[in-house]
Amino acid sequence: MADEPLVLGIETSCDETGVGVVRGHTLLADAVASSVDEHARFGGVVPEVASRAHLEAMVPTIQRALKDAGVTPRDLDGIAVTAGPGLAGALLVGVSAAKAYAYALGKPLYGVNHLASHVCVDQLEHGALPEPTMALLVSGGHSSLLLAPDITSDVRPLGSTIDDAAGEAFDKVARVLGLGFPGGPVIDRYAREGDPDAIRFPRGLTGPRDPLYDFSFSGLKTAVARWIEAKRAAGETVPVADVAASFQEAVTDVLTRKAIRACKDHGVDHLMMGGGVAANSRLRAMAEERCAAAGIELRVPRPKLCTDNGAMVAALGAEMVARGRAASDWELPADSSLPVTEPHVPGQHRAA
Amino acid sequence: MLLAFDTATPAITAAVHDGTAVLAESTQVDARRHGELLLPAVDEALRAAGVKLDAVTGIVVGVGPGPYTGLRVGLVTAAAFGDALGVPVYGVCTLDGIAYAAGRAGEMDGPFVVATDARRKEVYWARYTDPRTRATDPAVDRPADIADEVAGLPAVGAGAALYPQVFTGVRAHAPQHQSAAALAALAAERLESGARFLPPLPLYLRRPDAQVPAGYKAVMPK
Ligand SMILES: [Zn+2]
Repeated sequence: MADEPLVLGIETSCDETGVGVVRGHTLLADAVASSVDEHARFGGVVPEVASRAHLEAMVPTIQRALKDAGVTPRDLDGIAVTAGPGLAGALLVGVSAAKAYAYALGKPLYGVNHLASHVCVDQLEHGALPEPTMALLVSGGHSSLLLAPDITSDVRPLGSTIDDAAGEAFDKVARVLGLGFPGGPVIDRYAREGDPDAIRFPRGLTGPRDPLYDFSFSGLKTAVARWIEAKRAAGETVPVADVAASFQEAVTDVLTRKAIRACKDHGVDHLMMGGGVAANSRLRAMAEERCAAAGIELRVPRPKLCTDNGAMVAALGAEMVARGRAASDWELPADSSLPVTEPHVPGQHRAA
Repeated sequence: MLLAFDTATPAITAAVHDGTAVLAESTQVDARRHGELLLPAVDEALRAAGVKLDAVTGIVVGVGPGPYTGLRVGLVTAAAFGDALGVPVYGVCTLDGIAYAAGRAGEMDGPFVVATDARRKEVYWARYTDPRTRATDPAVDRPADIADEVAGLPAVGAGAALYPQVFTGVRAHAPQHQSAAALAALAAERLESGARFLPPLPLYLRRPDAQVPAGYKAVMPK
């Protein structure tokens, strides 16, 4: 429908410069410039390298997204940008660009939450989110279970990781195995050749007295590293595929078990899954299997929409416009620790 | 009609210049809030000048050197304005703006040095033969390492004021930080004379801090 809000979204919270254009629930463009290759030799994302790359890629990526979408900037109903959480210097590049475009074009500015955007992107894939939405977000930066009665104004954290994010554990295990960075895709590839039951790695926080919805992946990571070191110390070959498969099994087992438990406890009949780790093939397969068994509908966007991208920011921005939420003002800060309970940052001073 | 701004020093400064004179300037000093304060400063300068954004025919931006996080705010804002308004973006070395302002303040009639705070006990600096002419490439150094090159020269900028034992000719009344009014006036002169501008890209002068983990080797099978 032509009267649905047309919004451009900018995402620069980590190492992807993402710019998306959506009209309501329809994806028109999803342009991404990634600096991941520049970080690979460091074994992790280097904030200053990411920020420099965002500055170089920002305007060309915006131009590409508008061209792909076949719209002119004058047609836009708003400009949305990730205001946090994320890397402070990286966020600031996107926030500054969004402000300048919004100001120069005379459009309202919406500073939105990265996590809520990961949830809202599913509207581009499967239509309007059910209310409330139960969402499991897993990536290199976050692992959270969220219950969102209204993704634009009411997001409640049920649980999150108490130490490492799930994606971090993938990176660290890949590093110990000498498989490079990022760890998620490469572990996924090796795991396909391995036996997930070969080694019984620990499942964190699954005891009877543990918090129901919180996660812990630090103990698992250490257990995997110790197991590998013991093999090496004994002069034995490390069975890389079996270690990858068994580690991945432990992560996905805990994630899906807790997510389904949350759905049942709260009487929610569907589960939305997002974040970079939601692109993991074993997590998708296990979630499908267990949701089907529990009578829960699973909603997972295609892998490209699970990783960080601008379309998800545009999707949440369009929802903000559709629901008449207040725009942000020109003082909008980049907030590296923006709480998940704040889906957007409305203006404090004057309306944009 | 020029819109000029700079975020490479602790100042968040914006100004509007009509080709002949500065119409308005808005400047605040807050080294930690460049991202929050730049757009309001631009807005205020335009309002005070009574100029609408669509009258602007060029963007002037200080390209540093300066601490990176703040520096990028000005550069990405300039690039975005340039794209959204369809006007050219002119890069000017931030130190040149300070040198020009020092000249306007009547402080300089011979060679001098401009230095800003690069943090980590270093300064960004360059030598000038006069307020419009830079004699050296901008550089980042520990003050002690450049003592011989700057000794006795009149010195302006917060970096010089921080290390008076090295910058022995500090002029207390000369500008400490950037002023977009001076930057705009300098750019207007250069446009008039057909002088060249820098590309609107950051002068970082340092490589990013990043450690390659010891013993780490990347073996990424495809
Ligand atoms: Zn993310």
